[in-house]
Amino acid sequence: MTHRYIPNTGEDVRRMLAAIGVGSIDDLFEPVPSGVRLRGDLKIPAAMSEPDLMRHLQDLACENADCGRAAVFLGAGVYRHFAPAFIDQMLLRSEFYTAYTPYQPEIAQGTLQAIFEFQTMVCQLTGMDLANASMYDGSTATTEAALMATRLTHRDRVVVARSVHPQYRQVLKTYTQNLGISIVEIGYGPDGNVDGGALAAAVGGAAAVVFQYPNYFGVVEDPRPIVAAAHEAGALVVAAVTEPLALALVQPPGAFGVDVVAAEMQSFGIPPSYGGPYCGVIAATEKCMRQMPGRLVGVAKDTQGRSGFVLTLSTREQHIRREKATSNICTNSGLMALCASMFMAAYGKRGLPALARLNFDKAHHALQKIMAAAATSSVRPRFGDRFFNEFVLGGFADVEAVQKGLLEDGFVAGVPLGRDYPELGDSMLLCVTEMNPAAQIEGLASAIANRAATART
Amino acid sequence: MYPNDFKYTKDHEWVKVSGAEGQIGITDYAQKQLGDIVYLDLPEPGKVVKQGQVLGTVESVKAVSEIFSPVSGEVVRVNKDLADKPEKVNAAPHESWMVAVKLSNPAEVNTLLDATQYAELAK
Repeated sequence: MTHRYIPNTGEDVRRMLAAIGVGSIDDLFEPVPSGVRLRGDLKIPAAMSEPDLMRHLQDLACENADCGRAAVFLGAGVYRHFAPAFIDQMLLRSEFYTAYTPYQPEIAQGTLQAIFEFQTMVCQLTGMDLANASMYDGSTATTEAALMATRLTHRDRVVVARSVHPQYRQVLKTYTQNLGISIVEIGYGPDGNVDGGALAAAVGGAAAVVFQYPNYFGVVEDPRPIVAAAHEAGALVVAAVTEPLALALVQPPGAFGVDVVAAEMQSFGIPPSYGGPYCGVIAATEKCMRQMPGRLVGVAKDTQGRSGFVLTLSTREQHIRREKATSNICTNSGLMALCASMFMAAYGKRGLPALARLNFDKAHHALQKIMAAAATSSVRPRFGDRFFNEFVLGGFADVEAVQKGLLEDGFVAGVPLGRDYPELGDSMLLCVTEMNPAAQIEGLASAIANRAATART
Repeated sequence: MYPNDFKYTKDHEWVKVSGAEGQIGITDYAQKQLGDIVYLDLPEPGKVVKQGQVLGTVESVKAVSEIFSPVSGEVVRVNKDLADKPEKVNAAPHESWMVAVKLSNPAEVNTLLDATQYAELAK
């Protein structure tokens, strides 16, 4: 073997070249014009031995502020929560880890039961009738929910609040741009809630009104005015949820007559990571059932009358319905859904609300500490105090400079909002969870006060 | 088997025309091919269809099929009884009308099959 991880021997290569009548590997590249062919070596460092390489990579990794150790106060759609150690260990079981599309009821009762329990817990959390398992992530779930609404209402306009995660809105626009569906964005008021006047003006003839709960700014708004206006106009209401933990503390969307919940389940045991894998889910009222995209597991009886789990209502899906299927998503973020299920089951009916309460308390405590420390500065909460574990701080003279300064102080804190909301150029979005101990919160408060003062002068 | 006062399509729908209206359903042959019918997705009154266009869908335990409109016109009534009891279509396909359409071009009926022709097709 010439290369350690390429198993062809010199003899193998010689025989393959002989079989196709080529003299050398370089001859294979003859069709590429010589002017654009690389001569000489790539400008990269020489190869290292494997132990040296591991040391090198570890040195590089240590330069990162890793989520496990750093004082991180970021949320904005991705949240750090404590996942009991058994979850990762259980996920490594080969029955879960390696199986792909394990949906054959004769051999996959365990997996199907786990998916069924995921759906059941999602329904309990959101207050909806049924849930699928699952979508790629929260953004695709939100988009699929909007598309479902267009099929159910036979309308082609979707109203979406600007207080919905900016990336979710981008995905929605990308999906719909060639489908003849128009997207109308509506703004927010001084309290961070959906602008009622803009909603009233836009809702006529809409298939759906999409809002986020709690919204991108962390604000928990009363969904009732949105639901009333939408239903009056014959539109469905879609609640996008990026932080499902909030639903263990506040009233679930189902309690307010929301028709569809599109959630991201990352919060529940899935580590924050670039590009996922994450886990989206759609939960909805029963009238949406036939238009629901994605896998659904139900309970059925076998020929001997015993209960068992099976994929159900598959006639909605691509393998049966072809181009008329409800969605081109015909898979399931199965392992991640299982992870979220184990997280919900581990915390349980009492633990999950307690965890949610802890997040609420810590975030509100953090805001108080910050305001106490920065009392003399222009820093203020932007949208009041109706928030769960995230809030917007405004009044910074130079947000980017403050954020960089905080990084030097050891705090990964604050998403500057100006990029997505030019009118919030003086604001940043902060998140506090149970992963931030009291000392970190104290430290953050004084660091923000110092940096705000420095940036002003 | 196939009522003489109905007209039929090659796609296995029937239409029973009386006056300006036609009631539309699927044939006995169609329900047998589909098996147990579990769901009907029917249009709202007011929908305008052309002959041959999709009127709705029939879902059985093993397949989903489209219902093609035998005639052009506007949907004026939908058989709501079938929503809760789609199995009626299996039990009595020729009595289970799904939608009633106000014909916009009654001459189209002449392009459809009569009972004898359809019975031959469905053999």
